[in-house]
Amino acid sequence: MRLLTHNMLSSNIKGVTNGFPLRIEVEKVVEKEVDLNPDFLRSMFSKIDWKALVHAARSIGYSELPDEADPSMLDSDDFLSRFHHALLQLHLEEGVLICPETGRRFPVNKGIPNMLLHEDEV
Amino acid sequence: MSSRPELQAPPEIFYDDDEARKYTSSSRIIKIQSELTERALELLALPDDGVPRLLLDIGCGSGLSGETLSEKGHEWIGLDISQSMLNVALEREVEGDLLLRDMGQGLGFRPGVIDGAISISAIQWLCNADKSSHEPRRRLKAFFGSLYRCLARGARAVFQVYPENLDQRVLILNFAMLAGFSGGVVVDYPHSAKKRKEYLVLTCGPPSVSTSAPKEDGESYSDDESSGDDENQTVCVSDRHRPRKKQRMMKKGKGREWVLKKKEQMRRRGNYVPADTKYTARKRKARF
Ligand SMILES: C[S@@+](CC[C@H](N)C(=O)[O-])C[C@H]1O[C@@H](n2cnc3c(N)ncnc32)[C@H](O)[C@@H]1O
Repeated sequence: MRLLTHNMLSSNIKGVTNGFPLRIEVEKVVEKEVDLNPDFLRSMFSKIDWKALVHAARSIGYSELPDEADPSMLDSDDFLSRFHHALLQLHLEEGVLICPETGRRFPVNKGIPNMLLHEDEV
Repeated sequence: MSSRPELQAPPEIFYDDDEARKYTSSSRIIKIQSELTERALELLALPDDGVPRLLLDIGCGSGLSGETLSEKGHEWIGLDISQSMLNVALEREVEGDLLLRDMGQGLGFRPGVIDGAISISAIQWLCNADKSSHEPRRRLKAFFGSLYRCLARGARAVFQVYPENLDQRVLILNFAMLAGFSGGVVVDYPHSAKKRKEYLVLTCGPPSVSTSAPKEDGESYSDDESSGDDENQTVCVSDRHRPRKKQRMMKKGKGREWVLKKKEQMRRRGNYVPADTKYTARKRKARF
């Protein structure tokens, strides 16, 4: 799972009012190189919760994102390549996603988060 | 269409390792699923600007539909309830991210962040109650509600679906409308039982003038089907805004039998209908 997906994902356990962002516990991260598409990054930027991205990137060992970001930075190649790397090239391969409100743990195996809820959670 | 898989076992049981492999190694299935996905993508009517979008593939399975999304350059998140299907998707090294997730439990994404959603041959599974705790109506409601919330305003969701019958289609559409979607059904090859394909095309929010109505597939069509007229590949769009039949004034009441029949019909559609009693459709006295 890439941080792009992590940035969209929120815990929807019954009764949880703010399930975002899920905390990350890391066992293994892998890097996969993909082409950088500036248009995609620019169109995604407004939808990204930047703080959550910075935090998530840090928790999987990448600290090269600026704490704050605004659209004007999308003109900088250097910024784009860091944004690209954090969003699309780092994969949480093994680990756990943790609901910020309930502490419920969603295991991640082979890059796939198990988000199935128990019956009393829906 | 001899046996419907949905009626055999819950999806996570039906799509076990064997079935997942069988499904994904059939070149016929691969071809069909990718054609269905291309059509769904066309109906999604994304802006034609070459910018990749973030899409959902609901019931992504082994990634056949997702691979078509990647070919068109889009980023996608796929979710499926079958670990076996997702394992095959991993083997195929699909480019999208995968989630093990039951769509009937709601999707769990932040509001307004997704540019569009497709679902190929999957949603009819939601109409079954596979566990005693499963209430199709509740699951459909949770699903469409969560889908509506996570889509950007004006975004579309396109479901290629094999409804078991008319009632099932109505049930699905009802819950989509209840969640706030507008839209309707597109039917390709309506005259051919074999090739007939049905898509629910839903728009998040009221229909806007800028989203064009789905156009018929321009593909030439000269197969074994006999009728050679231009009705060949009609695409009909219907929605709930079509004019209702004018209510006819009835001098006499419709009678108990008619009321019971209607109530039964509504029940089959999954609507809540009060129980039949001796008072049902009883004539009122002429005075107050
Ligand atoms: C016929 S396959 C289609 C897979 C893929 N979309 C394709 O085109 O090849 C249907 C898929 O829907 C999935 N499915 C059924 N019910 C589901 C549910 N409640 N939540 C998520 N996925 C489900 C099944 O596990 C299966 O992989």
